[in-house]
Amino acid sequence: MHDAVEWPYPVEWDKTEEIDTDVLVIGGGASGCFAAMGAASRGARVVLWEKAATMTSGAMGSGCDHWEMAATNPCSHVTPEELADAMIRGHRGYNNGISHYIEARESYDRLLDLERYGAKIRDTDDEFKGADFRDDETKFMFAYDYVNRFTLRVWGTTFKRAMYRGAKIMRAQVVDRTMGAGLLTEGGRMGARVVGAVAINGRTGKFTVCRAKAVVFCMSRPTRLWLFAPGATGISEFRPPQCTGDGHAMAWRVGGSFTMLEKSLRGEWSGLRSFPPYSTGNNHNTWYACTMIDAEGRQIPWLDRDGNELKTVAERYRPAPGQKFYMKGGGEPDFPFYEFQGPETMPVEEAVKRGYKLPFYADLTSMPETERRVIWGMMVGNEGKTRTPVYAAYNKAGFDPSRDALQSYGDGWRSGQFLPQERQFFGIPGGMVNDWRLMTNLEGLFAAGDVLFASDCVGHAAATGHYAGRHAADYAAAHGSVALHQPQVEAERARLFGPLKRHSGLSWQALAEAITRVMQNYCGAVKSDDLLHEGLRGLEDLKEASKSLVARNPHDLLRAQETLNVLTNAELVIHSCLARKASSHQLQFVRLDYPEMDPPEWHRFVTVWKDESGVRNGSLPIDYYGSLTENYERHNQDYIRQGRA
Amino acid sequence: MTRVLAIPDQAIVDPITIFPEVCTGCNLCLHVCPVDLFLPNAEKGGPPLVLYPGECWYEGSCVDICPEPGAIVLNRPPAMRVNWKPRAECRPRS
Ligand SMILES: Cc1cc2nc3c(=O)[nH]c(=O)nc-3n(C[C@H](O)[C@H](O)[C@H](O)COP(=O)(O)OP(=O)(O)OC[C@H]3O[C@@H](n4cnc5c(N)ncnc54)[C@H](O)[C@@H]3O)c2cc1C
Ligand code: SF4
Repeated sequence: MHDAVEWPYPVEWDKTEEIDTDVLVIGGGASGCFAAMGAASRGARVVLWEKAATMTSGAMGSGCDHWEMAATNPCSHVTPEELADAMIRGHRGYNNGISHYIEARESYDRLLDLERYGAKIRDTDDEFKGADFRDDETKFMFAYDYVNRFTLRVWGTTFKRAMYRGAKIMRAQVVDRTMGAGLLTEGGRMGARVVGAVAINGRTGKFTVCRAKAVVFCMSRPTRLWLFAPGATGISEFRPPQCTGDGHAMAWRVGGSFTMLEKSLRGEWSGLRSFPPYSTGNNHNTWYACTMIDAEGRQIPWLDRDGNELKTVAERYRPAPGQKFYMKGGGEPDFPFYEFQGPETMPVEEAVKRGYKLPFYADLTSMPETERRVIWGMMVGNEGKTRTPVYAAYNKAGFDPSRDALQSYGDGWRSGQFLPQERQFFGIPGGMVNDWRLMTNLEGLFAAGDVLFASDCVGHAAATGHYAGRHAADYAAAHGSVALHQPQVEAERARLFGPLKRHSGLSWQALAEAITRVMQNYCGAVKSDDLLHEGLRGLEDLKEASKSLVARNPHDLLRAQETLNVLTNAELVIHSCLARKASSHQLQFVRLDYPEMDPPEWHRFVTVWKDESGVRNGSLPIDYYGSLTENYERHNQDYIRQGRA
Repeated sequence: MTRVLAIPDQAIVDPITIFPEVCTGCNLCLHVCPVDLFLPNAEKGGPPLVLYPGECWYEGSCVDICPEPGAIVLNRPPAMRVNWKPRAECRPRS
């Protein structure tokens, strides 16, 4: 452990930099890099702010192994309409029809972009020639449903660099170590057009004020609301630690509208209590459809959606008799819908009842050779957080997939056990409301990737990023820039740099821990108006306490501001829960005071936002986006004319 | 102005070991680390300092980019050691 050291970077927190651009993208992960490329493709001047380092940042910065919903790839047997419909009905309507249709229509285009920028998307080395999951003509490799071929296996460790390269080649000005920290609106008013933003540099503390004709939010989703790991804060959640849902907090402060944030799941992966994703024996995602055995070496049966036992490995990758296609196995938390459900092993509880002995293991040894190699090698090896910490580390420690069985530590793909109040945004949680341009309710503010409600996945982030970038550029071209409201800039400066002015007080870690306590106690597995109001009071106390939050250098200042954003997001989530006066199975939302599950009059999106008078709520019909094909085509004539989509 | 200091965080994990005899101090790990866990060494060519170990995300970007094999190692936390054994040993206890 080091002693304290002198801050090595120039200290510039008393400096202000002013810049001006057409489109400002905040967040340089998958969606942000593509937003920059999309906006630049329409001739806009683009600035991209990234809190970390764009070359490696974001959820898939170190890799990914699936590219989902690529309905327009030449081997696919499903249409974008079919896939979007499955996404929507599979979630009983609680899904973002617009963004998932864009994903189905354009994510394959984005994959080709990546290839152009140096990513590997085909088995060009012919390592898997002749395998069931490979198309020998295009050399594309598929996962899950080998008949319908719309989810690709990809060499995702090459992807983030290609995205970074693409953004630079398209002449976006990429600025790293810069945290977007606040939005600026026309006249400084809530709910008005977004005309710029402010940022803090995490090394120097420099304050940047940007005037922009349009802003695209690409900062992913809130984390650390219920889960925090003191002493190992970087793995408090599954998502990267620097992704704290800053965009949500920034938008909420100035009147942005959100939906579905009442939905949260019991913890799946987090902290030191669960093992790193994909690093233990399981049969989901990266490991689908691996054979599982019990402690005595007996195979756990694989079942089709009707409970019929499958006799061969090949059958796990085919739809059931009479089923057109399947999306994923039945065991994933967000995908229980019969019509699109794929094969799955017998639930652990049932298997134990039938005498199978714990612990279970993933058994690659008995998988066909190409399946074994594609899982242990290509997939574990290209998935995020696997190449170095799992693939290389286990190989070095002697793990041999043709000899060894890897232990499993939870049911399904979980690798740890959580209490009911230890919740998480996982699968497709809530987020910002969008229209067909991916513009939010705030004029000039666009959103992409996991900022959007009901979003998930790399292909979705890439497709919606590019799309939001194009529409932001069009908006910028049609609207001039607006002078900034200086009192708002000064208020932001005062708010943001406060923690540096104090010499002692609350640490960001103590505040972070306290927020999760309030959320677990009052916004846990069961909710009621009384509990939620108690939670709001608890957050008010923490707001008061946070006035003594202290930061000693720019690094700590970023952590402090992130934690204040988590506090704001906690408030946003509690208001979202208060606004839905009904329980919902699909939203995993249980109200003690409104116990009836899914009453039909509540089958709609509940929206929440703030205006000058306080917190407001409203609602949108569950199919508010209308006809997918017609609306998409109406809004994207240029793109279609260029021969894409 | 008061002195600006970097104070190490209170970590219960020890994610990174840098071997100073192999490290050339190129600072590439420091450039790609998403959480800015490292700080540059005040001595030119010296290995980066691990200042915020508790903030590590354990994704391995620093190791992936390092041009000197063995200069930097990512240590799995003891609570995350995973078991495996030869398939042949999964058999009924006699
Ligand atoms: C380990 C792992 C593996 C995954 N594997 C797959 C897979 O194989 N297939 C798949 O489809 N999906 C996968 N996912 C999900 C997928 O990676 C995400 O859904 C997707 O990357 C989201 O993209 P995004 O652009 O919305 O967010 P991110 O890619 O996370 O990017 C958000 C960016 O915003 C930056 N940022 C945050 N706050 C600020 C701020 N205030 N100012 C400036 N910048 C900020 C962050 O540093 C980050 O770079 C995986 C996720 C993880 C964590
Ligand atoms: S593993 Fe990632 S977060 Fe940890 S030190 Fe390396 S680059 Fe930083």
